[in-house]
Amino acid sequence: MTLSKSQRQLLLNLLSLTLFLAIWHVLAILLNNRMLPLPLSVFKVLWAAMVSGELPYHLGITLLRLAVSFVIAMLIGCALGILLGRHGGLNQLFDQWLIIFLNVPALVSMILCYVWFGLTETAAILAVVINKIPNVVVTIREGTRALDQELLERARCFHFGKRKTLIHVIWPQLYPFLMAATRSGLALIWKIILVVELLGRSNGMGYQLNLYFQLFDVANILAYTIAFVAVIQLLEYCVLKPLEIYAQRWRR
Amino acid sequence: MTHIQINIQRKCYPAVAGAGQNLAIADLNLSLPAHEFICLVGPSGCGKTTLLNIIAGLDTDYQGTISLSQQQLQPRIGYVFQNPRLLPWRTVRENIELALPSPTAAVLIDELLAAMQLTECQDVYPERLSLGMSRRVAIIRAFAINPDLLLMDEPFVSIDPPTARQIRQLLLKLWQHRPHGVLFVTHDLREAITLADQLIFLSASPMQVIRNIPVTIPRNARDDEHAIEAFRNYLIQEFPAIQKLL
Repeated sequence: MTLSKSQRQLLLNLLSLTLFLAIWHVLAILLNNRMLPLPLSVFKVLWAAMVSGELPYHLGITLLRLAVSFVIAMLIGCALGILLGRHGGLNQLFDQWLIIFLNVPALVSMILCYVWFGLTETAAILAVVINKIPNVVVTIREGTRALDQELLERARCFHFGKRKTLIHVIWPQLYPFLMAATRSGLALIWKIILVVELLGRSNGMGYQLNLYFQLFDVANILAYTIAFVAVIQLLEYCVLKPLEIYAQRWRR
Repeated sequence: MTHIQINIQRKCYPAVAGAGQNLAIADLNLSLPAHEFICLVGPSGCGKTTLLNIIAGLDTDYQGTISLSQQQLQPRIGYVFQNPRLLPWRTVRENIELALPSPTAAVLIDELLAAMQLTECQDVYPERLSLGMSRRVAIIRAFAINPDLLLMDEPFVSIDPPTARQIRQLLLKLWQHRPHGVLFVTHDLREAITLADQLIFLSASPMQVIRNIPVTIPRNARDDEHAIEAFRNYLIQEFPAIQKLL
């Protein structure tokens, strides 16, 4: 029987996942320690948390925070990136700021946000947004600088107008940079949003993980992690990959 | 009626790292009648593209005036660039349609695509086209807007001779079908003689007009390669100054 390329990939993915679980299982049996539970017992815990509604609630809260801060950061970041990419003077003025904000440790900006604005939802979102914006700005700025002058000229020559130029000439050129910013941005937000929750919120994944850390409940920590990773994978395969394939359709 | 009046006193490129200031055009005065096919002949790098960019309004950094006098307020200018400049993320047909002010001329596009033998490629993305095909798309794009003035910047470079000949004939057919001004840049004298009503010889930078010669071969005799060759030899003998431009 011959398999198509995608079928083979799927089979390979399943195989590699099974191998991972097998190694985990063997290790857990060998160590025989409460700190590394068996895969099966972790899945039991996961199922219980799902059914009780506790996990969906906290995961949902975290995803909501993620979505809000992601959208805000992308909008502001893109606007700033295009502005800095198109105006050399502005870029010279603010380049230093960008480097400073890029290098402020995430923990510092979180603590400062909570200190200045209180332990509120706004402060939490703000902390994430501040960490993400410089990243987007840098990527989009590079994309704006790389815009093809010949194509822009051509648009001018054929009287494209602002709207047509943006949709048909500029947007497709920025798209790969936007995808890069989306990917690296999501990865960054995943990492810091939990810490933000751990420090100053009373719900969400970060809060739950902290709770189970204090209880030394490794099974629950692993269960939450699995749910989290599953959501990321789903997003990757159902949203990001198709978007990327669509954007690349014209390439040979 | 487009009647082009070109007076460029000075066009400079600013000094960039290493190279000094470059005076591209100085005191260029041209008056071109409407509906004529005019070939600009000159050595590479003499500023022909710069001139076309100025006429097209893409380059506004010069001293002088360009007037395209005519009844309409804004003459439609079709520009066939040296590179096809197609949008790689839009299909052949979309690339042509986007150049039109309104997507009404579907029939015209179909006709042009058929004439250029591109009907089968209309839904293909430009990266799959050969250079010759891309150039043909760029030519259709300029034709499709029904230009009052058509600017063509060495449009047949790196197209194989048979295809180039074919497109040349099509170009003439379209031009005779709907007369409009054509400014055609080339450094191939034979090509220029085949196409033009008038040849304008330009010097290397700073660009100036050296000679302005009407082509006297009747249009229906231009297929004859001997006639073209004879006219070329006549030009070179009569005006030795143009020899070093070729």
